[in-house]
Amino acid sequence: MALDADDVHAIAHLARLALDAGQVGVLAGELSQTLGLLEQINAADTAGVAPMAHPLDMTQRLRADEVTEQVDREAFLAQAPASEAGLFLVPRVLD
Amino acid sequence: MHDLTLAELAEALASRACSSEELTTHLLARIEQHDGELNSLITVDADNALAAARQADAERSAGRAGRLTGVPLIHKDIFLTAGVRTSCGSRMLKNFVPPFDATVVERCRQAGMVMLGKANMDEFAMGSSNETSYFGPVRNPWDLTRVPGGSSGGSAAAVAAGFAPVATGTDTGGSIRQPAALCGITGLKPTYGRVSRFGMIAFASSLDQAGVFARSAEDAALLLQAMAGFDPRDSTSAELAVPDYAAALTQPLAGLRIGVVDEFFGEGLDAGVAGALEAAIGVLQGLGAEVTRVHLPQLGLSVPTYYVIAPAEASSNLSRFDGVRYGYRCEAPKDLEDLYKRSRSEGFGAEVKRRIMIGTYVLSAGYYDAYYLKAQRCRRLITDDFRRAFEQVDVLVAPSAPEVAFRLGEKADDPLKMYLSDINTIAVNLAGLPGISVPAGQIQGLPVGLQLIGRHFEEARLLNVAHQFQRETDWHRQRPARFA
Amino acid sequence: MEWETVIGLEVHAQLATQSKIFSGAATRYGAEPNTQACAIDLGYPGMLPVLNAGAVRMAVKFGLAIEAEIAPRSVFARKNYFYPDLPKGYQISQFELPIVGRGHLDVALDDGSIKRVGITRAHLEEDAGKSLHESFHGQSGIDLNRAGTPLLEIVSEPDLRSAREAVAYMKKLHALVRYLEICDGNMQEGSFRCDANVSVRPVGQAQFGTRAELKNLNSFRFVERAINYEIERQIALIEGGGTVVQETRLYDPARNETRSMRGKEEANDYRYFPDPDLLPVTVDEALRNAVRAELPELPDARRARFQAEYGLPAYDAAVLTASRELADYYEAVVAAVPDESKLAANWVMGDLAGALNKAGLEITESPVDASALAQLVRRIADGTISGRGAKTVFEGLWAGEGEVDALIDARGLRQISDTGALEAICEEVIAANPQQLAQYRAGKDKLLGFFVGQVMKATGGSANPQEVNRLLRAKLQA
Repeated sequence: MALDADDVHAIAHLARLALDAGQVGVLAGELSQTLGLLEQINAADTAGVAPMAHPLDMTQRLRADEVTEQVDREAFLAQAPASEAGLFLVPRVLD
Repeated sequence: MHDLTLAELAEALASRACSSEELTTHLLARIEQHDGELNSLITVDADNALAAARQADAERSAGRAGRLTGVPLIHKDIFLTAGVRTSCGSRMLKNFVPPFDATVVERCRQAGMVMLGKANMDEFAMGSSNETSYFGPVRNPWDLTRVPGGSSGGSAAAVAAGFAPVATGTDTGGSIRQPAALCGITGLKPTYGRVSRFGMIAFASSLDQAGVFARSAEDAALLLQAMAGFDPRDSTSAELAVPDYAAALTQPLAGLRIGVVDEFFGEGLDAGVAGALEAAIGVLQGLGAEVTRVHLPQLGLSVPTYYVIAPAEASSNLSRFDGVRYGYRCEAPKDLEDLYKRSRSEGFGAEVKRRIMIGTYVLSAGYYDAYYLKAQRCRRLITDDFRRAFEQVDVLVAPSAPEVAFRLGEKADDPLKMYLSDINTIAVNLAGLPGISVPAGQIQGLPVGLQLIGRHFEEARLLNVAHQFQRETDWHRQRPARFA
Repeated sequence: MEWETVIGLEVHAQLATQSKIFSGAATRYGAEPNTQACAIDLGYPGMLPVLNAGAVRMAVKFGLAIEAEIAPRSVFARKNYFYPDLPKGYQISQFELPIVGRGHLDVALDDGSIKRVGITRAHLEEDAGKSLHESFHGQSGIDLNRAGTPLLEIVSEPDLRSAREAVAYMKKLHALVRYLEICDGNMQEGSFRCDANVSVRPVGQAQFGTRAELKNLNSFRFVERAINYEIERQIALIEGGGTVVQETRLYDPARNETRSMRGKEEANDYRYFPDPDLLPVTVDEALRNAVRAELPELPDARRARFQAEYGLPAYDAAVLTASRELADYYEAVVAAVPDESKLAANWVMGDLAGALNKAGLEITESPVDASALAQLVRRIADGTISGRGAKTVFEGLWAGEGEVDALIDARGLRQISDTGALEAICEEVIAANPQQLAQYRAGKDKLLGFFVGQVMKATGGSANPQEVNRLLRAKLQA
């Protein structure tokens, strides 16, 4: 699958990455090349093979419904690039 | 002191031949003196290390010391450390100070170990040469013009250079075994689920596993003992008892069935590496192991399969880095989109962004089935190959890397070439198996690694084989002259 | 042209667990911002989700209640998108393999008929946080307390044909989750939220029209209004030569209109894939049976039993079983006065419900408890007080002015049921009104009321009217 500039822009938008205009062509080439490698999986006969999401055949363990976490809000807010009045701040969210 | 193994140091500490404070002071001085050349550490935590060492000495005086009390170690900078910056090799987290420890860190601390600092690594563990780190490349102690391997390159280089007897690492596609091989030390990637992933910054959640670097299999066994075991905070952690790894080391190898994986010894393998491994296999035979050739016919699928699955998971795992709650935020974002896009683009390096792009693409509408789902089916084919092989033999052998350490910059501009350097290790991650790399020769002064692969949760057997091999060989005792 | 409306609802019910679905942080509503968001809820690096057993049990409980298939193996998936209230950049949800499969709910419609509404699926997922838009220097503030609160998303089939039906279904669902005690149902606090998929098609056409998804429907009234607005909008659009576009529309209650979110959602590609941090969830027979054993009597069964056991009309039974608390209250009253089930129903649905409604109180907050109301019913039934007297007693009970019997005495409401005493008064009244007596006997039956009135007057209203009636009838005939 060869990606063109539009594809690269669309993927970058989904991933919320900004691209320099000059980068796009190079990136399209690199990504297309990589996809070429990945497409080797097409050669495999996987008819009737169940997808494998986990290396071990285990099932989910459940935890008891108990409050075990005490939150030190100030410690967390101290990590935030911008906060005020106990809130994390971001540029205005428009609904 | 810095030349001793962990087992020897533990002995020295127990007999009071030296104190943890002396040892720690000595190692910190070595780091101070030599790490300028290697760049193996991102953060040196000298004050806390000395305080922890004194504490360990006090515990020992009070008769409360365990075997690892006072033994220094280095953690890969992917593990959260309370109060100590955890960068994951990225600009994104260059000022991130976690409020708590990863389970691995906590367990080592509880065992009385002394953390000297945080090891350099490929950014978010994405790389095979440690050249993608925001904090600059790590150099190989055997040849400063060469890479130490990656992504746990800092941990491997630090242990090889005698900065610490042991270090932790993580292995998603070979990130412990390949640098261990390139740096001439022992590196163990346990079975997926053996060691908790809690507090370990995720690259690809279904592949990531924490493990150890050491100068010998015996040392690796001691550190793994402290780290391994069920953790209720990790849903993928296995609820299984942890065997006594040290006790298993001495088992004789007579009758052990070893399978040489044919597909690993084909084209692409450096002739010198192949020769060293033939000799190593001969040593194992000499120890009474029965050697046969086995096949993993689908092995060729492992690189493309891995490079679908790992970036897919990574693209999602790394979405949390958005400049809102922690981590890097761009200057003066003009709106929300700008905040996201610039924070992420400026915070992540080129390789991380490439993988996020690939991962995003293979999960996107219209491509999911052809790439992601197909890769998951291939993953089962590869795993089934291993299962069949393990019906015939107990342990598989393979090269840890197709060649010795390559030069800095040699593959940095060619992602595909770099991806292929994982060819010997990534199938093991796809199948969730344990693997260990042990020094097994040198080519022009550069180490070669032998990889042993075991059944799920059979780390004890791998350590046993590696230990027996190390009793017959002295490759693991070789030290880079520059850091003698 | 005649149009038919097709509606499907997606209801998000917050599960009433103590802790979050994937972390041990508290879920209490109304806490100070970000004081209930732990490192897992904040999407800190290295943090991992561990599933809450309580949330699983509640989902299974719901599934059993709607007679759905409970998936023996269900899978959590990541829904990837960027939004400030979504800390990890993905929501953990269920996509291909939800925990609850196809089930159904029987809904009583306005015409008294029962409609079976299909439920396609119900799945577990985590809630997001909240963006607060009051200005912080032109920025928004993010509160992540709600992030990670367990949600059960309940998706109906497109079986609903009007806004009224949609509301009836939603109310039934609301009652059910409260019966099951898996959701507090508080719509103001967002514990029970609804999105509606609405389309129209010409009557007789099999194919569905293009649908719009309506958001922000946080009350029953808004659901009805928003759907009705949307139906009219779509019909007018099509009849005017336009076409409906598939999109998300926000309901604005202030203007009573729906507004396009301008294709904002359509640009999304959620890239669902199985969450590698979580393993498949298994629900075995043992768990199903354990949860089944915890199931309360469900609304439909209870309604049927109320009709059979208490001889109530269908309407009364439906009203009284609409909420578990109301039904519990009624049954507590009836337990004390087993022979007066209908009278008890009248009081619960009448004076009590009216007073609660006026005061804005829930049945559980009623100042008149079930035992007091039962005593009141008993005193009406045994003739101690009249219906009118009972209203006075009720007012006293409501105001907390004393017990039933004390109030009766304090207010002088005790009726004269003593036949001897009443007989004498009746005879006096008859003797005092010979003219009316003659007319009555000549066939003017209506004058019975006159005599009753005179007797009541003579007793100051404290005579038992039934008894007076009986006595007068007998004496007037004689």
